[in-house]
Amino acid sequence: MSTTFESPAPAKEIVDTAFSATRPLVVALAGNPNAGKTTLFNALTGLRQKVANYPGVTVERKEGLWLLDGATPAAHVIDLPGLYSLDAASMDEQIARDIITGKMGGQPPPDVIICVVDATNLDRNLYLVAQLLEYGRPLVVALTMFDLAVKRNLRIDVGQLSAALGVAVVPVTAAKRVGVESLAKAVLRAVDAALPSAGWQMAHAAELELAELIGQDKNRIERHAALRDLFGEELSQDKERSINIQKARERLAANDPDWWQQPLLARYDWISEVASRVVHNEDPHRSSTADRIDRILTHKFLGPLVLVVVLYLVFQTIFSWASLPMDLIDKGFGVLGEAVRNNLSPGLLTDLLVDGVIAGVGGVLVFLPQILLLFFFIAILEDTGYMARAAFLMDRLMRGVGLHGKAFMPLLSSFACAIPGIMATRTIENPKDRLATIMIAPFMSCSARLPVYTLMIAAFFSGKKVLGFLSVGALMIMSMYLLGIIVAVCVAFVLKRTILKAPTPPLVMEMPPYRVPNLLTIMQTMLSRGGLFVKRAGTVILAISILLWALVAFPRASKPSQLTKTTSSVSQTASGPDATTQGTDEKGEQLRQSFAGQAGHILEPVIAPLGFDWKMGVALIASFAAREVLVSTLSIIYNAGSNDDAKSDSLIKAVRDAKRPDGSHAWSPLVALSMMVFFVLACQCMSTIAIVRRETNSWRWPLFMVGYMTVLAYVASFLTYQGGRLFGFS
Amino acid sequence: MHDAILKSLANHDLSLAHLPAGTHARVLSVSGSGAVARRLMEMGIVPGAHVHMIKSAPLGDPLEIRVRGYNLAVRKAEAQTITVVTSDK
Repeated sequence: MSTTFESPAPAKEIVDTAFSATRPLVVALAGNPNAGKTTLFNALTGLRQKVANYPGVTVERKEGLWLLDGATPAAHVIDLPGLYSLDAASMDEQIARDIITGKMGGQPPPDVIICVVDATNLDRNLYLVAQLLEYGRPLVVALTMFDLAVKRNLRIDVGQLSAALGVAVVPVTAAKRVGVESLAKAVLRAVDAALPSAGWQMAHAAELELAELIGQDKNRIERHAALRDLFGEELSQDKERSINIQKARERLAANDPDWWQQPLLARYDWISEVASRVVHNEDPHRSSTADRIDRILTHKFLGPLVLVVVLYLVFQTIFSWASLPMDLIDKGFGVLGEAVRNNLSPGLLTDLLVDGVIAGVGGVLVFLPQILLLFFFIAILEDTGYMARAAFLMDRLMRGVGLHGKAFMPLLSSFACAIPGIMATRTIENPKDRLATIMIAPFMSCSARLPVYTLMIAAFFSGKKVLGFLSVGALMIMSMYLLGIIVAVCVAFVLKRTILKAPTPPLVMEMPPYRVPNLLTIMQTMLSRGGLFVKRAGTVILAISILLWALVAFPRASKPSQLTKTTSSVSQTASGPDATTQGTDEKGEQLRQSFAGQAGHILEPVIAPLGFDWKMGVALIASFAAREVLVSTLSIIYNAGSNDDAKSDSLIKAVRDAKRPDGSHAWSPLVALSMMVFFVLACQCMSTIAIVRRETNSWRWPLFMVGYMTVLAYVASFLTYQGGRLFGFS
Repeated sequence: MHDAILKSLANHDLSLAHLPAGTHARVLSVSGSGAVARRLMEMGIVPGAHVHMIKSAPLGDPLEIRVRGYNLAVRKAEAQTITVVTSDK
């Protein structure tokens, strides 16, 4: 698997945690979210970094080379996901903790941990430091945002802080690479220095029980392990020990129902004491710049208004910026396909390459500009701190359906494309909420549905108005978006009360200070996420493309059959010059005879109640690759020339004129509406399936998603068509 | 007007969920249990900590508070488990 935990390559014999000169130093960057970890990571490694995924999960693994002082061999730096505490709450935090404690994939723990501490938010950042001190591995504190702290008149006595913590404290201004050399020296010194330890004590009773637990163990475990045993969620595997722990907990609980809070209280007591000694001139009550900005951005009326404007601008930009590169990619793959076809001898292999691989992969990569732009804007919204505000504003609404405020952005992104949306669900802590969000994300009408809507409306509803001024087409598109949203809300509601039943997730979310985003970091995030999408979805997309191609290409059409005669009347009225008609006739003939064509026939009785005939069935099968393929498939099957332009006159005419065997029109406004409804709800997108497969690490959820969405789509189309007929439409 | 509110609230124990916007308080206890209570405390809401209610979201929930010099959003349901006593700064 390409996403496995690749490096640093540890020499197998040195699983010993002690640093040895025979392998490069491994340094982990730990720290709270928003503490400036990534900026520091970039400053340390320059562009000598790579991004992969942790095995089995979708947390990005960022790693780079740090040249240190230039004299010693370069160190491997791991940029851990942000975490507030070693008692992990989210998947990100678990990964970070497992790497720090050496429980990740058999890797030894890092030789030195750099804890990145935000100087403007010392108290809360010191909580993680306190835990890392308990853990007792070589530790260096990098004090970021030091310049900001100075600006805010916050004076931090670095020497005192270092003395109080017992480890080196290095102020850094990562963006200007100030302090990087001192940090390298501190890290190299920390390797051989005495191991740090925590300086706090709990209340007497708790300390006694702890001492007892340490003493009871045959192997005399360390204090931090005993702490985890006594106050952690899990019980020890050892039966005797777990009984001892239970007894100790009961004794503590008898005197103090909040006994479990002891270590937390002790850590914060210690932090308050340290902070009072090293921080001067702080006025914790003064309203921050963020509060002043928030007076508008989270204002009762202005806040939601600004949110709408921001989102409108983001979408507007995505659609307008993406159209040029999308056209270029589309044309590029067309040219590539032609070139391959012209340079290879005609045959099956060439067809496979051109129609299967190139066309299939091209059909997905066409959406890459949109996906990248979406990643770009999501990264900007995250890094400026606005994302948390959006979650804050929307949380109450999202909670109504049992979801988290953090589900808002992923769902919103899905209006452009479900893939970045689904990948953005990683910030949601609770796995069930995350799954519920993933399951409903494809209901948001993505941009690939627009060609389908456009064709249907252009063919049957264009130019029509209601009340004299409202365009029917615009109203219908709006209704399709609304339909998706309403169904998504209902499905979330049901899922959260059945298979994904879980209490309403809590919301304890930092509202980070507003920051000017770093363009380099944003570009890196965008490219790495985009790269992961291509790599991860690529194999599945390639496989499905080839499969769909085979369904269309086999069995081979031998000679023109009767079918051509019945349908060619359409092509003759619809298409241009005879030469193209001839070519597309052959294509159409092949499609009609293929497995997909046969499947269309088999499918016909099933989809007839939706108003669809077998040709539409073929288009449904082919558009499983991606929704917009419906347009090009219809074009081929109606011999209207191979085009994927939803506004092509010949295609619109062909669709309008298409006849069933009994001579009646195949399409009607009602059939078109039924088709649109089907496309709102059905999961006609192999990339989505591929990404859900990767994100949930199982086939169960993507298959479930395809299944229930198809059933919903069927039922809704059925109701639309049959209901419409009851009301006298045809 | 604020003074009047403060006076009427002076030395009253109340849940953080009921702390009016703009007022300051000191945490007395965190009564919940499990992962949520642990996370609240890890984020610095421990007995003795100073909290400042900034505002509620447009639909009344969640709440934004200031604790230990940074801003935190919590839902009313979570804030309910936190008992505070009002203070003047």
